[in-house]
Amino acid sequence: MDKFTHITATACPLNATNINTDQLLPARYLKWPRAAGLGKVLLQDLRFDTEGRELPDFPLNRPQWRDAKIIVAGRNFGCGSSREAAVYALYDYGVRCVIAPSFGDIFAGNAVQNELLTATVADDVAAELMSQLTTTPTTPVSVDLEQQTITCGNHSYGFIIDPVRRLRLLNGWDDIALTESFSERIAAFKAADRIHRNWAFPPE
Amino acid sequence: MSEAQTLIDKLWAAHEIVRREDGDSLLWVDRHYVHEGSFHAFSRLAERGAAVAEPGLTFGVADHYVPTRAPRDRIGNPEIARMVRQMDENAAKHRIKLFGLNDRRQGIVHVVGPEQGLTLPGLLIVCGDSHTSTHGALGAFAFGIGASEVAHVLMTQTIWQRRPKRMRITMDGQAAPGIGAKDIVLAIIAKIGADGATSHAIEFAGSAIRALSIEGRLTLCNMSIEAGARCGMVAPDQVTFEYVNGRPFAPKGTAFDQAVEAWSKLSTDNGAEFDREVRLDVAAIAPVVTWGTSPQHALPIDGCVPDPAGEADPARANELREAIDYMGLHPGQKLAAIAIDRAFIGSCTNARIEDLRAAAAVLAGRTSKVPGLVSPGSSLVKRQAEEEGLDRIFRDAGLEWGESGCSMCVGINGDIVAPGERCASTTNRNFRGRQGLGARTHLMSPAMVAAAAVAGHLSDVRPFLAGRKV
Repeated sequence: MDKFTHITATACPLNATNINTDQLLPARYLKWPRAAGLGKVLLQDLRFDTEGRELPDFPLNRPQWRDAKIIVAGRNFGCGSSREAAVYALYDYGVRCVIAPSFGDIFAGNAVQNELLTATVADDVAAELMSQLTTTPTTPVSVDLEQQTITCGNHSYGFIIDPVRRLRLLNGWDDIALTESFSERIAAFKAADRIHRNWAFPPE
Repeated sequence: MSEAQTLIDKLWAAHEIVRREDGDSLLWVDRHYVHEGSFHAFSRLAERGAAVAEPGLTFGVADHYVPTRAPRDRIGNPEIARMVRQMDENAAKHRIKLFGLNDRRQGIVHVVGPEQGLTLPGLLIVCGDSHTSTHGALGAFAFGIGASEVAHVLMTQTIWQRRPKRMRITMDGQAAPGIGAKDIVLAIIAKIGADGATSHAIEFAGSAIRALSIEGRLTLCNMSIEAGARCGMVAPDQVTFEYVNGRPFAPKGTAFDQAVEAWSKLSTDNGAEFDREVRLDVAAIAPVVTWGTSPQHALPIDGCVPDPAGEADPARANELREAIDYMGLHPGQKLAAIAIDRAFIGSCTNARIEDLRAAAAVLAGRTSKVPGLVSPGSSLVKRQAEEEGLDRIFRDAGLEWGESGCSMCVGINGDIVAPGERCASTTNRNFRGRQGLGARTHLMSPAMVAAAAVAGHLSDVRPFLAGRKV
């Protein structure tokens, strides 16, 4: 995995709560392999009408935010289904960071596996960022993962991320390599467990 | 004497292999369930040339994409046929036991696991599906994971996790006749919100939980993800042990007795502390329906669509306005006056035998005013329902008696609600477009869906039960 340290980019406000993974990637695209280009169907049913025409009022369709790499959203972003393809759709569209007051747990776990930063901020910070971006959409936003800060114009805010997830993103760790370094401990656990909790193993 | 522990702490401790200084733990996985949608993870495995670490602890089920109305021997849609075939091939290649499309035990993974005795108290269970929380009903630590984590579990039989915060939801009081687990859990979500339990594991406790059947507990834990919880669980008790006993993959004979001895210790110690406590009087709960586009948009059936103008918080007012607009409703509209176009009884939330019985008790001798589909939770549930004559009641009422799968809950198999149509549904998510592009979903219990079907509009089920055995 590549390392994630900081990003400065256009940020798009999505002023809604509970933007769930069914919205981020509707179920009918789950059959698609990632190579099919999931970025083009990100938020499909909010970005396009049923005929496939762009809805010009949707923020990501407006000229000032089309190329956003950062999204600022309301509470509980990414709630719902565990579909990791929702993260692929965001990433493949070009999004590298989502700022919101809270995230679905499974979504946040999937994000860190795919170099997407979920920056948790207080409700009033999210509201302030959204209002600033609506007034001056061209103001670039900088997110610094090392310092855990978000800068927008003259304003700077802190954000929260699980410390382990932060380290994972900063170092571009591969979980499997990390786990394999504990293979002896895993084998010892399993051997002892087979004795202590024999009932936990299904009959052959 | 060690410190008083919660059930959550005990299950965590029993699976912890490594605890890193930074707070993450590597946990042992007892059961890994995979389905057709796990193809991203199998591709990851193929890229690495890796093997499945514990094929004996990995079980496959064909559920997400399988047809539930169309013939199953020749799948018409080539993409779906490919998904089902891919699952067959991956299972064969990695020597994973598969409950495939033609297996008599096939069904929705969260119904099949408990039904087969694969899901047991004390286990740590993962699956690439958010409703894996369902299995906590038997006293397991069970949660949904994404494709990268599925690949990690396939390769190592372990998973990295941060210890969740602990929430206890205590429910006392006796539920009124006609009130089921679905009403209870929707009332909880309405109370704490769709992110009310984010980063928490929930233990459901109290006399009302002890009084629930395993089917009801499964519904409750299933929906805990809709409150944002990492997982939900109920401490195993005599009801659990009796449910598990004799199931095909459950321990037998003395092994079962030893297991029960171990499982009996899986409860929260007196004095153990939770990060958050919520209490609810179940006796006060009326039948609940959702009116909007989040499970937290749930109200008693005698309520009305909320008025955004009455909301002080502009963000909340905006959320209500958008939901009302999408749902084609107006503020103040009586919920019991909302006409429906379709009914769906199915999904991992509410398609077990008890759910079908509850719906049939309302439908017996009556006719549905709208078309509808009943998709049993598993092929074995389907067979049992037919033995009990329930299929006849559904058919006589004018509903379609389908096959088992995720079906119209998520619509990936092509069984969808048409744009603009309104569906009374026993499923778990009323998100925009969840049941199909432009579909409008109202969540409720199986008995409430049956009542809505008979009336042609959302209805209080209780008058329909007068003089009937439920």
